[in-house]
Amino acid sequence: MAALTRRLLCNTAWRQTVVPSLSSFGNRNYTINATEQQVLSCAKYGGRHCVTLMTGDGVGPEILTHVQEIFRYAGAPIDFETVEINSSTTDAAYLEAALLSVQRNGVALKGNIETKFDDAEFRSMNVALRSRLDLWSNIVWCRSFKGVNARYDDIDIVLIRENTEGEYSSLEHESVTGVVESLKIITAEKCERIARYAFDFAARNGRKKVTAIHKANIMKLADGLFLESCRKVSEDYADIKFSDMIIDNASMQMVSRPQQFDVLLMPNLYGNILSSIAAGLVGGAGLVPGMNVGAKYAVFESGTRNSGRSLKGKNIANPTGMLLASCDMLDYLGHHNVGALIRESVLDVIAQPQHQTPDMGGQATTTDVIQAIIDDIKPKTQTSLQEAQSG
Amino acid sequence: MAARAIRTAFSQINSVPKSHGQGVLPFLQERFLESQSCPSNTRQYSSAGSASIQKVTMIPGDGIGPEISQAVKDIFEAAGAPIIWEDVDVTPIKGPDGNFHLPQAIFDSMAETKMGLKGPLATPIGKGHKSLNLALRKAFSLYANVRPCKSIEGYKTPYDEVDLVTIRENTEGEYSGIEHTIVDGVVQSIKLITETASRRVAEYAFKFARDNNRSTVTAVHKANIMRMSDGLFLKCCREVASKNKDIKFTEHYLDTVCLNMVQDPTQFDVLVMPNLYGDILSDLCAGLIGGLGVTPSGNIGEDGAIFESVHGTAPDIAGQDKANPTALLLSAVMMLRHMQLGEYGDRIEKAALDTIREGEVLTGDLGGEATCSAFTKEICRRIQS
Repeated sequence: MAALTRRLLCNTAWRQTVVPSLSSFGNRNYTINATEQQVLSCAKYGGRHCVTLMTGDGVGPEILTHVQEIFRYAGAPIDFETVEINSSTTDAAYLEAALLSVQRNGVALKGNIETKFDDAEFRSMNVALRSRLDLWSNIVWCRSFKGVNARYDDIDIVLIRENTEGEYSSLEHESVTGVVESLKIITAEKCERIARYAFDFAARNGRKKVTAIHKANIMKLADGLFLESCRKVSEDYADIKFSDMIIDNASMQMVSRPQQFDVLLMPNLYGNILSSIAAGLVGGAGLVPGMNVGAKYAVFESGTRNSGRSLKGKNIANPTGMLLASCDMLDYLGHHNVGALIRESVLDVIAQPQHQTPDMGGQATTTDVIQAIIDDIKPKTQTSLQEAQSG
Repeated sequence: MAARAIRTAFSQINSVPKSHGQGVLPFLQERFLESQSCPSNTRQYSSAGSASIQKVTMIPGDGIGPEISQAVKDIFEAAGAPIIWEDVDVTPIKGPDGNFHLPQAIFDSMAETKMGLKGPLATPIGKGHKSLNLALRKAFSLYANVRPCKSIEGYKTPYDEVDLVTIRENTEGEYSGIEHTIVDGVVQSIKLITETASRRVAEYAFKFARDNNRSTVTAVHKANIMRMSDGLFLKCCREVASKNKDIKFTEHYLDTVCLNMVQDPTQFDVLVMPNLYGDILSDLCAGLIGGLGVTPSGNIGEDGAIFESVHGTAPDIAGQDKANPTALLLSAVMMLRHMQLGEYGDRIEKAALDTIREGEVLTGDLGGEATCSAFTKEICRRIQS
């Protein structure tokens, strides 16, 4: 019996379940729930989840403080465990403490940690976290926002990117002085895993088309293996149309006709590039949330992983992306009501020009926007409290 | 002695394939005939002009290639540009070893002219030979790919006022072609970055910026992830920048550049980057201004330069006089500027851009109904008026 349960759990390990969300986000009503294995990893005490909070650098600390404030007003049953990790905590003990915390809690909300690449000893902590926690899938869902000034208003692209190998393997050496080699590693196992994730996501979410992005005409072995793995997996999903496109053509198509894309399936670096392009098309780095998911853990952060160093302390950073990421986190943990409530308020508020921060072309400060969201949430929570008391 | 020199020159001319594009005699052959007191019913060159006649290798290419190269030649003749064309066919031929090779004629021609204009080439699949681009790049050390992207008035895209140049390292990086299957199901692909190549392309970028009155050079990298390789590239750029303090130097992550590019491309000027990022960004920028059909491109080398159109061969409209020669024409204008014949280049470019802006005579892809020849004639008319 135990063996059967284990087998069932393993088979469903990577298959994200999807339930209709109680909020409407455009005309798409789906969110991502934790799998059974992921649920087992999430720390839940007395009905409240404990979530690791990594504030990072730049505007991360200030925005995450606002996120906690909004969670309090909305009554989200989340307790945050703040771990200190940023570009100045270079001692390995900080990274280990952060990893231990995420392993204990199962979920994290993260600001971006800057990488001081001029320092030869400095290792990218973001990459270390992702690879140690085996967060092999990065999902960025770029949807056009209502009321937000952007060149296109009908974009709906899900970008699914392999998150642990490829160009981010951090395997480099200087063979002789002035000649450096950097290894890009592609494995059939990880390609198949991410392809299966993407097709499964598409199948459960009613998406019609998956497009693999590659440069197999030049990198015949590496990207050729990726493309071949995707093709093999696509044969198991006859209802979903599979196509492929070369990365440079895809970049060009993204800026001329982004509406043609549905789900994009990409190796690491191309995923980074196309996510940035897609995020720029829907309104910028401040608006788009992202999630990094593995078999057991999930880390939520901004979609484009910017630290916003130039905006630090000026109170003009856009909190939307991080707030939407935290709503995705609430949905992941099963708190759909609260997630929907906060998400609706955020989207309603940013659709109004007087509550748009400078990156969206407006004049509002971060605190203005947060206050407006809180004001929008308060009556809703009072109503639900009254209903709970009377009913 | 002069006669011997002329004979030697004449014999060199004769060894080159006689596929003249224009029916115009080469310069030295003309002089030989004069010295031999032949009846001079051949056209006289006014060598009293500002520049002597220069020969350029023309690779018309496949599909719409021949039509658009003829259009470029017609326009150059209308402008009176001191160029004679030497057409070369680059269809691979079977060598004695049974493999397909590029014809020796192209290497000989380019070795002499050191300047090439290339139309679109069809990529033969499964013919078992190395690509022409790779062979040319290696033979002439074409180390920098330059793509100026400027919004074209009259060809509307969601992005106006784009005016930037992408300069991409063309020989190494991710496209080194060094790949291995380590064990079954595990592949490694090696990205090679060398100090020599990085420094060379950085120096070209700053030279280009200075020659073309551009104010800023931005290095695009991902040194946070690939710290040794992109770190080396960045180090070379910084060193070259410190020697060129009259040009502003900035550095940005690739994803930040992509993000900002699609929101506000006017903030960028000259961008310099390694091979893969350059490939992607240059195509991204081409997409901003309207696609590969209107984007010029040049490959600069130590031993010469080749300018080319980067669009496809369009076999569906080949031979129907529907093609748009703009990309090849703008590349040819780049070539004229590179050859220090900028005044001809400016005139031709102005005529072409005016034609597109007026919008009366446009090819199908630009939104009109005119034929390629009508479009070409209109540009020629504007040059000569």
